[in-house]
Amino acid sequence: MQMNGLRLFLAVSVVAVCLGCQGQQEPASSAPPANAKRVDESKAGNVVGRVVFEGTPPVNPPIDLAADPYCAGQNPGGAKLENVVVATGGLENVFVYVKDGLGDYGFDVPAESVKLDQVGCQYRPHVLGVRVGQKLVIANSDETLHNVHAMGKANGEWNKGQALKNMSDAKVFKAREVMVAFKCDVHNWMRAYVGVMEHPYFAVTHDGGTFELKNLPAGTYTIEAWHEKLGTQTQSVTLGEKESKQVSFTFKAPAASSN
Amino acid sequence: MIWLNRYAKLVAAATALLIAAGGMVTSTGSGLSVPDWPNTYGWFMFSFPMSKWVGGIRYEHTHRLIASTVGFLTIILAFWTWRVEPRAWVRRLGFAALGAVILQGLLGGLTVLLLLPPAISIGHAALAQLFFCITLTLAVVTSPSWKALSTPANDVMLRRMTLITTVLIYCQILVGATMRHVGAGLAIPTFPLAFGHVVPPVWTSGIAVHFAHRVGALIVVSAVLAVAAHVWHWHRRRPEFTRPALLLVLFVCSQATLGAFVVMSSLQPIINTAHVVNGALVLGTSLVLTLRVYRHGIQEPAIGGIPAAARAKLPVLEKHLRGVRG
Repeated sequence: MQMNGLRLFLAVSVVAVCLGCQGQQEPASSAPPANAKRVDESKAGNVVGRVVFEGTPPVNPPIDLAADPYCAGQNPGGAKLENVVVATGGLENVFVYVKDGLGDYGFDVPAESVKLDQVGCQYRPHVLGVRVGQKLVIANSDETLHNVHAMGKANGEWNKGQALKNMSDAKVFKAREVMVAFKCDVHNWMRAYVGVMEHPYFAVTHDGGTFELKNLPAGTYTIEAWHEKLGTQTQSVTLGEKESKQVSFTFKAPAASSN
Repeated sequence: MIWLNRYAKLVAAATALLIAAGGMVTSTGSGLSVPDWPNTYGWFMFSFPMSKWVGGIRYEHTHRLIASTVGFLTIILAFWTWRVEPRAWVRRLGFAALGAVILQGLLGGLTVLLLLPPAISIGHAALAQLFFCITLTLAVVTSPSWKALSTPANDVMLRRMTLITTVLIYCQILVGATMRHVGAGLAIPTFPLAFGHVVPPVWTSGIAVHFAHRVGALIVVSAVLAVAAHVWHWHRRRPEFTRPALLLVLFVCSQATLGAFVVMSSLQPIINTAHVVNGALVLGTSLVLTLRVYRHGIQEPAIGGIPAAARAKLPVLEKHLRGVRG
């Protein structure tokens, strides 16, 4: 009996130690396959557009910042959730990307990293995109603790504490995923959404819902617009050489506000 | 021995407090607010600065500190029981409590490191209730009233009823823990009807486990009422039975009410936690009643030729003699 108990304890300890090593990730290969087609930018076109919000935008609930005096101090006028952000009729924080149609094209992964910051007890930006194999740096610019809790499916789930200001962690995603949600369990209102793409054709709407997908080769594409509360919409676009096309998505106010 | 009994009661009360702290962790969604274990953001747990107890950390770190305290108290309880308790099975129970609290600590750590997998989180919740039952049992069996002479119950039906009710309550708590840890607390968002029907018109795994918890509540309430009615009918003059039976009815009625409020308040953390703690009290009260009903089937050893029942009366006799001599 004593030996069995000892074995159980050792087994649990080994599992715990292995879990401690879990956060380390191998960087994904940044080079596309040798036989991949390359985009000829001299013949490429653009897709520009806008995501429109139709109806009365739901009111974003206020955040109870009392849980952390630092957060309350950083937001003296209070803060609201960013569930639905509408400016001049355009819907912001929409991740727009080429979902399908790129075929055998291959793309180099940018050497520069993308930054997800924690400022004033909010993730900034709220929605962003990163390439498969590209480094995402998650930083803490606050003088309070945060835990960075990524809840990926294809890219797995992980949780890392950042107890001090200017701490940062770098992560590399290995698989395409729309979207990887990030949360902070210390401040349960903090959310960010990261779109992980194997190509560079993605954008997040800003300035009244506008977006632009540059340097797309000629072809027929499925473009998807993703929103954290309002779901997704897709459109098919056929683009000729050096052509620029306008695309518009319209999201409507939900029948019953659920935020 | 009286101090051991008082101490065992203290450990049981501390365990109830620990269950409340754990309930707040789950109810506020703070289970991963401290990502490391056994350290806290790299600090040794006991030196983690209070200024950093913010947001969800307050709940998770407090839970860990109370858990450590209960673990320490349990070590003392186990060794104290081993040292002074003449009954071998009670001594073994003391060390079963110690084993349970160690395993519980490991499960708590694993569930954090593995990012709250439902199986381990449910196991953590289930073992918490078992550990509470062990500490409560130690508090009951070391009490003077346990050893005192009383009329045997000789009621086979009551034995069966109390045992079955306690097992049913524990199973119901397991279903409740499953519901909490798979996030099905609002899978049926309406009460008392499910989407306007007695039986849900649509089924998912979340709805199934939620509905099972509601059906389980009806079964448990019925079982408790049946036990209470039996005690009142056949053992009205036995306060050691009527008191826990009455308490059990009060707790189970409160529990059903709290369960309704949990849904109607959309899982308000304090109501949710009160439901968890009250569930432990329902289980504990049923266990106390069951132990008392069964106690006459447990043979107490004779020490120094004096039977246990007579031994329990010795302090009274000594006091009486002192009074006569004085």
